Amino acid sequence: MNHLHRELAPIGDAGWQAIEDEIKPRLETHLAARKLVDFDGPLGWAHSATATGRTTSIAGPSPDVTGSQRRVLPLVELRSDFILRRAEVDDAERGATDLDLAGLEEAGRHIALAENTAVFHGYPAGQITGITESTAHGALTLSPDAEHYPTAVAEAVDVLRGAGIGGPYGLALSPGIYTEIVHTAEHGGHLLLDHLRQILGGPLVWAPGVEGGIVLSLRGGDFVLQSGQDISIGYAWHDAETVALYLEESFSFRVLEPDAAVALRSKKKG
Amino acid sequence: MASEGLHEAADLLDEETIDHHRAMTSLCEELEAVDWYDQRVKATSDSSLAEVLAHNRDEEKEHASMTLEWLRRRDPKLDQHLRTYLFTSGSTLGIEAEAGSDPAEGPGAGDGSLGIGSLKGHQS
Repeated sequence: MNHLHRELAPIGDAGWQAIEDEIKPRLETHLAARKLVDFDGPLGWAHSATATGRTTSIAGPSPDVTGSQRRVLPLVELRSDFILRRAEVDDAERGATDLDLAGLEEAGRHIALAENTAVFHGYPAGQITGITESTAHGALTLSPDAEHYPTAVAEAVDVLRGAGIGGPYGLALSPGIYTEIVHTAEHGGHLLLDHLRQILGGPLVWAPGVEGGIVLSLRGGDFVLQSGQDISIGYAWHDAETVALYLEESFSFRVLEPDAAVALRSKKKG
Repeated sequence: MASEGLHEAADLLDEETIDHHRAMTSLCEELEAVDWYDQRVKATSDSSLAEVLAHNRDEEKEHASMTLEWLRRRDPKLDQHLRTYLFTSGSTLGIEAEAGSDPAEGPGAGDGSLGIGSLKGHQS
């Protein structure tokens, strides 16, 4: 037994399997940051902080002794609660495959959105500085006309190369802009998506939580999401009709090379 | 070709699976090398050769450890088992009994992690 207390839930193996089978692929779709930044871990629930290798000078304990203190980045814990109907989960034991697990799906969207937002734009309460807040380069503006996106993306790649940041490069996009790109063909019928992939040498990622777009290097070592506990399902309580569960993870995020990303600003919503 | 040891056609396997195969094959080779060096150390009557072979053997142990760590970071279930059994003392089977008959069996009895990890290379 661990702190998730799954053994106390009135859920059989088939029910747990149905829950995990339902949420894992959805999370893999929504967790955009993990498609672009380094993932270190998981290092376990007991892992509490990321070492930065830095110190802060503090007052010495006596006139003859100096003092300094290690600086660490504490991990944040994110938890998204949801409630399922016990009858629905019980039906999994009978072999039902069309279960209504809407609460679970909603919680998955919430925790993925929170992780993406923390990585790309920061989470001040959790002492996380996001990629767009850290970048050393000024933001570029995306033209309202999607056919001009390649110009901005090529310019961003040029900025990164000019700073000595190697590729391949990836592009995180707000869902609205991603969808627009997928639907757009350039003159000659070539898909805009393919053109942008060629410029980047890497993927375009549908990224809920991103505002505009972010071009970043995928060479590794520039952005690190350190995982304590990877996203897990825990048990909270139950009554005769419902069972309350939650999705939970712990992580920190650090930008190690502020030169390795360029933000793309859009005046469009979403 | 990634390896002669693939048991399925390479075009049926994704890049991640082939990389895991590469790492597991490499791990087997490193451990086999440890075994061979160990036997040669014991067999030779030349103490200076034994010293060199023992040094080489111990470097293979480092290589094996590094490869195992690569696998652990990408395999949540392997990670779970290593965390359960490594760096412990006492009866190994006792640890299994304490953890449950088989901690890997049954989604309700696991550590609760969905085992998502890194999604680099995952299709958008």
